Amino acid sequence: MHAEEKLTYETWPAEPERSTLEAKNKFLGFWLFLGGETVLFASLFATYLALKDKVPSPEHALAKDLYDLPLTFVATMLLLTSSLTSVYAMYHMKNFNTQKMMLWLGVTVALGLGFLGLEIYEFSHYVHEFGHTFTSSAFGSAFYTLVGFHGAHVTFGLAWILALILRNYKRGLDLYNAPKFYVASLYWHFIDVVWVFIFTVVYLMGMVG
Amino acid sequence: MSTLTQKKGFGATIWDFLTTVDHKKIAILYLLAGGFFFIVGGIEAVLIRMQLAVPNNDFVSAGTFNEIITMHGTTMIFLAAMPILLGFMNAVMPLQIGARDVAFPFVNALGFWLFFFGGVFLNLSWFLGGAPDAGWTSYASLAIHSKGHGVDFYVLGLQISGLGTLIGGINFLVTIINMRAPGMTYMRMPLFSWTTFVASALILFAFPPLTVGLTLMMFDRMFGSNFFVVANGGNTVIWEHLFWIFGHPEVYILILPAFGIFSEIFSTFSRKRLFGYSSMVFATVLIGFLGFMVWAHHMFTTGLGPVANAIFAVATMAIAVPTGIKIFNWLFTMWGGSVKFTTPMYWAFAFIPSFVMGGVTGVMLGTAPADYQYHDSYFVVAHFHYVIVGGVVFGIFAATHYWWPKMFGTMLNETLGKITFWLFFVGFHLTFFIQHFLGLWGMPRRVFTFLPGQGYETSNMISSIGALFMSLGVIVLLINVVMTSVKNVKVGNDPWEDGRTLEWTIPSPPPFYNFKQLPLVRGLDPLWLEKTAGKKGMTPAEPLGDIHMPNSSFIPFMISFGLFFAAFGVLYNGEKSWAVPVIIIGLLITFGSMLVRSVKDDHGFHIHKEELMDENDKGVKA
Amino acid sequence: MANQQLNSRNPRVDLEYRRRKSAEEMRYQVVSFSLMIFLTLVAFAAVAIKGFTAWFTAPFIVLLAFVQVIFQLYYFMHMSHKGHEAPSLFLYFGLFFALVMALAFMTIIWW
Repeated sequence: MHAEEKLTYETWPAEPERSTLEAKNKFLGFWLFLGGETVLFASLFATYLALKDKVPSPEHALAKDLYDLPLTFVATMLLLTSSLTSVYAMYHMKNFNTQKMMLWLGVTVALGLGFLGLEIYEFSHYVHEFGHTFTSSAFGSAFYTLVGFHGAHVTFGLAWILALILRNYKRGLDLYNAPKFYVASLYWHFIDVVWVFIFTVVYLMGMVG
Repeated sequence: MSTLTQKKGFGATIWDFLTTVDHKKIAILYLLAGGFFFIVGGIEAVLIRMQLAVPNNDFVSAGTFNEIITMHGTTMIFLAAMPILLGFMNAVMPLQIGARDVAFPFVNALGFWLFFFGGVFLNLSWFLGGAPDAGWTSYASLAIHSKGHGVDFYVLGLQISGLGTLIGGINFLVTIINMRAPGMTYMRMPLFSWTTFVASALILFAFPPLTVGLTLMMFDRMFGSNFFVVANGGNTVIWEHLFWIFGHPEVYILILPAFGIFSEIFSTFSRKRLFGYSSMVFATVLIGFLGFMVWAHHMFTTGLGPVANAIFAVATMAIAVPTGIKIFNWLFTMWGGSVKFTTPMYWAFAFIPSFVMGGVTGVMLGTAPADYQYHDSYFVVAHFHYVIVGGVVFGIFAATHYWWPKMFGTMLNETLGKITFWLFFVGFHLTFFIQHFLGLWGMPRRVFTFLPGQGYETSNMISSIGALFMSLGVIVLLINVVMTSVKNVKVGNDPWEDGRTLEWTIPSPPPFYNFKQLPLVRGLDPLWLEKTAGKKGMTPAEPLGDIHMPNSSFIPFMISFGLFFAAFGVLYNGEKSWAVPVIIIGLLITFGSMLVRSVKDDHGFHIHKEELMDENDKGVKA
Repeated sequence: MANQQLNSRNPRVDLEYRRRKSAEEMRYQVVSFSLMIFLTLVAFAAVAIKGFTAWFTAPFIVLLAFVQVIFQLYYFMHMSHKGHEAPSLFLYFGLFFALVMALAFMTIIWW
């Protein structure tokens, strides 16, 4: 059975994301990449923790002045829900239901866009209301780099999933593109994992003081 | 796409190498590029020794000297030692585990081109306003204040080449986990494959902190952030931590593959199974793990406090235990063996005392209170050259002679090989042994000159003479390479006649699909087992069938070129009006190429059973 | 680099079983999602209610974050399934190094 062969509901394998050697390699390679990403974000978190509230003079805004609980909560709910919708998409992928998979991926993208919009609003709010910018203090640099790196991951993930949807909309699922969808959804979950630590370590702990 | 037996023109050969995804050709590219940078770094080393040969010398200025030492260290670590080792991993590891290629041939090519463009970018600094001058560690307290664009070249060049190394590491890990031949269990893997595995895991976890450190430095120098600007709340110690969290595992990324190379050579030329194979594997993994827990021993004098210093000192000394296990295993491998002194064996034999000396000074430096005395003196310079030259460079020379016939199908001259060895070996000890004492007598490292009458003159002169010997050794090796390539006497599958592992079961150089039929592995040293059972080759594990191969691609080159192009824009950001457009165009090239790769289906091609059989009938010596 | 299918089980026999199995798994996913939302609510509430000291709240919410991440990994990312030995090994090593780094940056950078 070759990767590009047309399959039916009956012949679709139980684990389409791992049923060819290339798919197995892609699956494992991507998990290893996520292991490396963990250390990448750890470096950014560690830098943030070391530079939290390190500002040149007392009039600069600190973590406890900046963060807004309701905004962070809404953003968190959007991203957590998008994680669930991408699980739904993979559920339909395993059931060889291209239409429904695309639909749920579309919902995931919409939720991700909502999250991104909130983040952009939040950043511009900090800049204009508090003068808290990337260049105003070490705290600002560390904050925007950590949260911005996550935002860049969200943006890249959205572009990736959109590209997959557009490319495969007409031709449907096969063993060549199923691993691609699966890996993209792993990436999306990983973004969510990072966000769980960001809202805990940056926002909630920032407000605790 | 049948290119089994085709003569190619020069242009076609170049295009072939620009687009290749074959691990053996990528290995040759790594060896060529890494070898080139090794020569560049070597010339820089010679310039350093010329400047320091006599007191009060003004051969180069103080500023130029700083640039030369920075580029010598950076080039040798990132652009010479690591790529050459990655080259050997590419050439040999898939053959040793019985795979037809690596897991991601495309990514493999991408890794090479990223490294190559990163290295070129870094070295272009010499022609574009001055090289980096803040030391190879580029401590932020120096680097932030360095004038000109030198440090910017360092940051961007290493960032690009570091990405290449990272994806190379992931590629090797997946290859080893998923693509071992039937019967090749983990505990039957040759030691070089094991060390490739552990070194790749170290790459996976060590390079992200470097990526982050370089990104922060880039933001500070080019985009106005304040990570290391103390007046705005920044902290330069963050760079030290990030750099050494990467930097310490990095030395194990270099030395572990060298350990693997020596393990292969000791057992081949002692004609004896490697002594204590499982303890060797255990020691390799343990060194890899401990390598992550000791980074702060580079920062004892930063002032971390007695508790941190004590913890990191103890962890550092613990590494001596698995390393000692290895040393004894190598000695016991030779003990009672029927030892054959070939050129690779010369290097392996000389490696043991040389490396042990570096290890002993390492434990001395790891003793935190004593380190306050040794720190920033020539004692440190002597220590790390003993482990890196005495370990890694000896390993590279050994591997060059050992695997040259497998990679190029012809043997390097043994006599010239031994001349290379003696020149380099004597030169190495002449250069660096005396530097231990220079350090203990108080000569600080990274100074561009010294005064007469302080007792440093003779020793520095001896050291410089040693550098001359080392250069001669390298020149003899180059002559050897040219002579051998011109003569081009072809050799068979197992030119050393004592090969034990799978790479010696197939032709030299191997056909592009490596194994016509995947071999059945019955134990450690599979070829040796078959030989002792009276057979000539391996038993195949599968019937002859179609072989699936990946297509060549120019996209890896384009992705890397885009980043290289964009790096110029980042470098001149806020200074030249064309900077921002250049960044945008460069990133468009990179991400556009990635998109093309993503949406264009590439299923590869098949070599048909009949073609493989034809070749057999015609008796083509592949 | 063979592209052939590796698990060659007869698809018709277990088709129905598989469909029910994955429907059941999807129910677990929804349950774990509800738990994750609940944990998030508790964490935000612990901060919003000003009564607790930071010495309680900070470790508590970090603990909640870890529990939630375990749910993500094992259910949403299917790490509980077979064939995830190497992924979990490397991910846990990554997490371990992450903790070591965070600890180091919080304790021995003090200028």
